[in-house]
Amino acid sequence: MSILVNPDAKVLVQGITGSFGAKHAQLSIDYGTQVVAGVTPGKGGQFFEHGEKKVPVFDTVADAVKQTGATASAIFVPAAFAADAVLEGVDAGLELIVCITEGIPARDMIRVKRAMQGNTRSRLVGPNCPGVVTPGEGKDSYGGCRIGIAPGYIHKKGHIGVVSRSGTLTYEAVWQLTCRGAGQSTCVGIGGDPVPGMSHLDIIKLFNDDPDTHGIIMIGEIGGSAEEEAAEWIKQNCQKPVAGFIAGATAPPGRRMGHAGAIISGGKGTAAAKIAAFKAAGIGVAATPSDMADTLLKMM
Amino acid sequence: MNIHEYQAKQLLAQNGVAIPLEIPARNLEEVRGVAEKIFSSGSARVVVKSQIHAGGRGKGIFTSGFQGGVKVAATADEAVSLAGKMLGNVLITKQTGPDGRRVQTLLLASGAKIKKELYLAVLLDRAAGRPLVMASTEGGMDIEEVAARTPEKIFKEWIDPAVGIMPFQARKIAAALGLKGDAFNAGVKFITGVFRTWWECDASLVEVNPMCVVEAPEGKEAVVALDAKISLDDNALYRHADIQAMRDLNEEAPLEIEASKFNLNYIKLDGNIACLVNGAGLAMATMDIIQHFGGMPANFLDVGGGASKEQVTAAFKIILQDPHIKGILVNIFGGIMDCNVIASGIVAAVTETHLNLPLVVRLEGNNVATGKRTLADSGLKLITGDSMADAAQKVVRAVTGSK
Repeated sequence: MSILVNPDAKVLVQGITGSFGAKHAQLSIDYGTQVVAGVTPGKGGQFFEHGEKKVPVFDTVADAVKQTGATASAIFVPAAFAADAVLEGVDAGLELIVCITEGIPARDMIRVKRAMQGNTRSRLVGPNCPGVVTPGEGKDSYGGCRIGIAPGYIHKKGHIGVVSRSGTLTYEAVWQLTCRGAGQSTCVGIGGDPVPGMSHLDIIKLFNDDPDTHGIIMIGEIGGSAEEEAAEWIKQNCQKPVAGFIAGATAPPGRRMGHAGAIISGGKGTAAAKIAAFKAAGIGVAATPSDMADTLLKMM
Repeated sequence: MNIHEYQAKQLLAQNGVAIPLEIPARNLEEVRGVAEKIFSSGSARVVVKSQIHAGGRGKGIFTSGFQGGVKVAATADEAVSLAGKMLGNVLITKQTGPDGRRVQTLLLASGAKIKKELYLAVLLDRAAGRPLVMASTEGGMDIEEVAARTPEKIFKEWIDPAVGIMPFQARKIAAALGLKGDAFNAGVKFITGVFRTWWECDASLVEVNPMCVVEAPEGKEAVVALDAKISLDDNALYRHADIQAMRDLNEEAPLEIEASKFNLNYIKLDGNIACLVNGAGLAMATMDIIQHFGGMPANFLDVGGGASKEQVTAAFKIILQDPHIKGILVNIFGGIMDCNVIASGIVAAVTETHLNLPLVVRLEGNNVATGKRTLADSGLKLITGDSMADAAQKVVRAVTGSK
């Protein structure tokens, strides 16, 4: 059907009254996503209104979950408070927490990751990510579940899974697929930070187990070794065709390329090493970012 | 953000790490005062160290021809004479690139009798999501070379962020470094302090190379940080006003400073095709596709997910200041942002800057039809691209002149 969320998932928004959170809560409602609650400490009892829709606002995530049955969350709170917001979602037993916030200190995420160690109930996507979209069946994929900031209308319901560290590069891949008539099961932006929640590999495993996902596009970039780890697993275990692209072949070493995690340090994390790992694992490597969809579709 | 050696050592000292007697100086008068102070403390020598954000200073060469960015003086007069050849001059090392860096501060340090040179660093292990302490008996060398040639000489200890570094872990590392007796106990304190510096300062890297066992009074041994490098997590600077104050704009490229004022992420590269893109991943991919089709990207420039007309104009002005530019590629995937806003920004910027270089624009996404009409109706001589590949090929052709 999809991974992480179905179109009928009940979603709450942490930071719904901020301008960024409000704008994207509205866009999610317009997309047909079940936005059932907002959380802003001190504004409990108020309502977030958009068109006909009145979304109740709660002081705590625990309250919001209890009153509305929400199982997933989108976090838009400022970076200084984001680690706390993630762990509040974990404490409330949310199944999926999508942290959009950019600029969270690495030390905060190290602590979050440690606190979530061994927790099998909650999954974290992000931070510094565009979020998760499971397209719906309506026009321009209306009726899907959109958690985050991705444009909903570029999607189309179908059978390709997309996972990427970059936002706009995800949109590029999705749009290429949609223009060629190939829909998506779920699209996941895992974010550009050095200490993320779910990794490429975590998402690939879910796609591999999802009967409705028939092929996968994996987009990586310089920095770290998450792409190599995913490639190694794919080589041994993945039942489905995977195509990929690595951004940053022309990036100079030692410079942070926009994303906090996009940096070649100590000669590690180069595009060349990641592309070699992809090739060794039988992953189709797109020669340019314009060829991501075609590379996968040729393999299917 | 990177900081100078003398600033790194101040942070280390604040966290309980032993450093030599050393004082920064910015002019020859200060150099004399500081050198005399260090000699009067009983030190037989004073080390004069150029402070720039790059390694390889000792083997570096000044553009004046003077060799070595780190020198030893036996008298205050000699220290002043050496300082005169360094201060205000440009030092080129293997890490600075051909332009080098101007030396504006010197660090004067007491000379020590070194008995052993070791290596110690704390960094983030991204795969584990935890801090990692790396130690080696091969101090004073390039650790990447040690890792490549003799990986068994690098000792690694992962730190559980729930409890921080435990005393037993510091003892394991001290033992792995072969420290004994007084030096062992001093080493444990030293290692604990280096980790604490990493954690408390929100560093991304703390590297002490060399960490030295030196002779101390009464025949004892001490452990001190002879050289140190600290890189900080930019995302955490908001909670460290003291560290923010250590930023040295002289070490940053002027265009990158200018870009940061407009919340633009700009990094200058060596090519001649400028690019202006929204999103870091797409910006990198745009550089890559320019190279794929035989061009050379002149910069990385991410205008962000919600760029305004003003930001687009500022971005144009910044990329145009690079004298090597022969053409410009704008690549925007406006998912949520209105493509027409970007198109108006481009028209305003081109008009305002009297641009007469080839400009290729690829727009995709929200309200793209109106955006394309705005570009077409402007009467400007710009080339449109339908896909990233199409746009990249067009800009490369326009710049190389081959049709």
